[in-house]
Amino acid sequence: MRRRRRLTDRVFWALCGLAFLVIAAPSVSVIVSVFHQAFPALGWQLFTQTTTGQGIQNAILGTLLLLLGVLIVAGSVGVAAGVYLAEYAAGRSAAVLRFFSEVLAGTPSIVIGYIGYVTLVVEFHWGYSLLAAVLALSVLVMPYIVKTTEVALRQVPTTLREGTAGLGMPRSASLRRVLMPVALPGIMSGLVVALAISTGELAPLLFTANASDQDPSFSLFHHSVPYLTNVVYTDLSLPGRRYRATSAAAGLISLAILVILIALGRILSGRARRQTARMSL
Amino acid sequence: MTAILERPGPPGPPEPLSERARRRAELTTKDRVVRGGLAVAGIIPTAALLFLTYQMVRQAIPAIRFNGWHFFQTKTFNLGAQYGNPVTRHGEQALPKAQFGVLAMLFGTVVSSLIALALAVPVSVGGAILLVEKLPARVQNVLGVFLELLAGIPSVVFGLWGVYTLGPVLHRTVFRWISDIGIPWFDGRTGNGQGLASASVVLAVMIVPIIASITRELVRSVPVISKEGAVALGLTPAESVRFVTIPYVRTGVVAAAVLGWARALGETIAVLLISGNAVTIPHSVFDPFTTMAASIAALLDGALQDSTGMDVHALAEVGLVLLGVTMVTNFAGRLLTRRFSDAGLPVGRGV
Repeated sequence: MRRRRRLTDRVFWALCGLAFLVIAAPSVSVIVSVFHQAFPALGWQLFTQTTTGQGIQNAILGTLLLLLGVLIVAGSVGVAAGVYLAEYAAGRSAAVLRFFSEVLAGTPSIVIGYIGYVTLVVEFHWGYSLLAAVLALSVLVMPYIVKTTEVALRQVPTTLREGTAGLGMPRSASLRRVLMPVALPGIMSGLVVALAISTGELAPLLFTANASDQDPSFSLFHHSVPYLTNVVYTDLSLPGRRYRATSAAAGLISLAILVILIALGRILSGRARRQTARMSL
Repeated sequence: MTAILERPGPPGPPEPLSERARRRAELTTKDRVVRGGLAVAGIIPTAALLFLTYQMVRQAIPAIRFNGWHFFQTKTFNLGAQYGNPVTRHGEQALPKAQFGVLAMLFGTVVSSLIALALAVPVSVGGAILLVEKLPARVQNVLGVFLELLAGIPSVVFGLWGVYTLGPVLHRTVFRWISDIGIPWFDGRTGNGQGLASASVVLAVMIVPIIASITRELVRSVPVISKEGAVALGLTPAESVRFVTIPYVRTGVVAAAVLGWARALGETIAVLLISGNAVTIPHSVFDPFTTMAASIAALLDGALQDSTGMDVHALAEVGLVLLGVTMVTNFAGRLLTRRFSDAGLPVGRGV
């Protein structure tokens, strides 16, 4: 009996270990596979030539430009919305706003892309454009920023709030001078997550940014924007080894951006945790 | 603030202000301006969702009129012949031979996501339990990176991986073994590794981080006292998991699974690349198929050529069905998560 129980225990943990390997293996396999396929295309020409040549310079710049746009649009609106939900909204209306924001997080990205195309590109006559692409991406990632901002502000200890109220600080000053600095690392890590998602999205951009062989420009309307995930997607279906390598190289660069963002997010969330620990006595 | 100070207070206990009046009095003019500005931002996510839904319905209405109930009974989705006189049905014009049915796509969406869920849930739960209960905290943090990375990998990169690495490998090994056994629906030619089975495996890999990271938090929150009780009773670690951890996290895991499911339902690009992209109901798990999201991405380009505009509207109807299905699963998932945690978890898509 005792031996059987010990055996069951062993088997159970072995299965858990197997499950763990099954989780870890794909992430390793994806990176190895992408690196392996991208190998023939790796070189400085990736950064110096556009997609008309051997490189993907325009796509890298385009992705960075889109990230900047998302940071401006979704960053400002999302953080403001999160602050409102955490500090000002109360009761039923707050619950409703929070709930719809969460539902928006679950909206399929292709639906956002479709609506972006039908309304922004066609109905508003913006054409395939930077602004349409940035707005579509922003709608996609905004809920995450709202959520993390709200959570970060809620984790600020009540004693700090009471302190500012006791000193007679107006609410807005208390928010700006005391609460926001404390919540900042948490908010920033939310922004980093939003950027990470934006880097990897294709579905909302396919019909709003379209694609382009030229370097992106800052003009908001009527100019298609090149970006990395689109290069991965289109070159994947083109015949020939060279395109396949370019496709994988674009995937590799977006993975690199992602790794940088994850590392940044880890540093920030570690700082946020220490901040909260220090503040709560 | 000032309002409170200036109020001429009669001696004795001050008159109680109503809750609303007191809240107003605490805000300065500048506070109110700030609050107003923030309130506008606060409404934007909700407004965006309502706008999306409104536009989707508006775009779909002509197609709903044109298709009627046939939409849910037809398996084929044909954009119609480019040249020829438009046909009119129920007062709406469309291209000749155009036929719009969501049945095959709906089938593909539901079945692929359910297979993915069946694969992902046990793996995620097992992995998360091992991570928390057996490994030291330092190792946990390092291995947590795998989850974050897996969550963040772009879906198009998963597609690339599925087409060139996973699909061929599965096709050469596991698929062939399963096919040789000859169970109905799991037999027949395994194609080139693109189809329902490969797409489901890739979907499973994509939703594992969502389910595993929620489960990890849940397993961490199991009270130490209950585990100590299990040890005191002389249970083995596995029995402690069975009788203490699992009952404690069960509801949460169900909620996490529903959220993961919602993600699998809406996944577009990875599925588009690995599905084989055929609008049919597959005869076996190895056959090509398609989902609603993948079809919209695949067909929108062609649909734009339609001079009657009905093709685009029909895709909007597909999108509306997709939006409906994901919203229902999301509602369910959020309601379940709310039962066990106050701050809804920021998951659903990526990282």
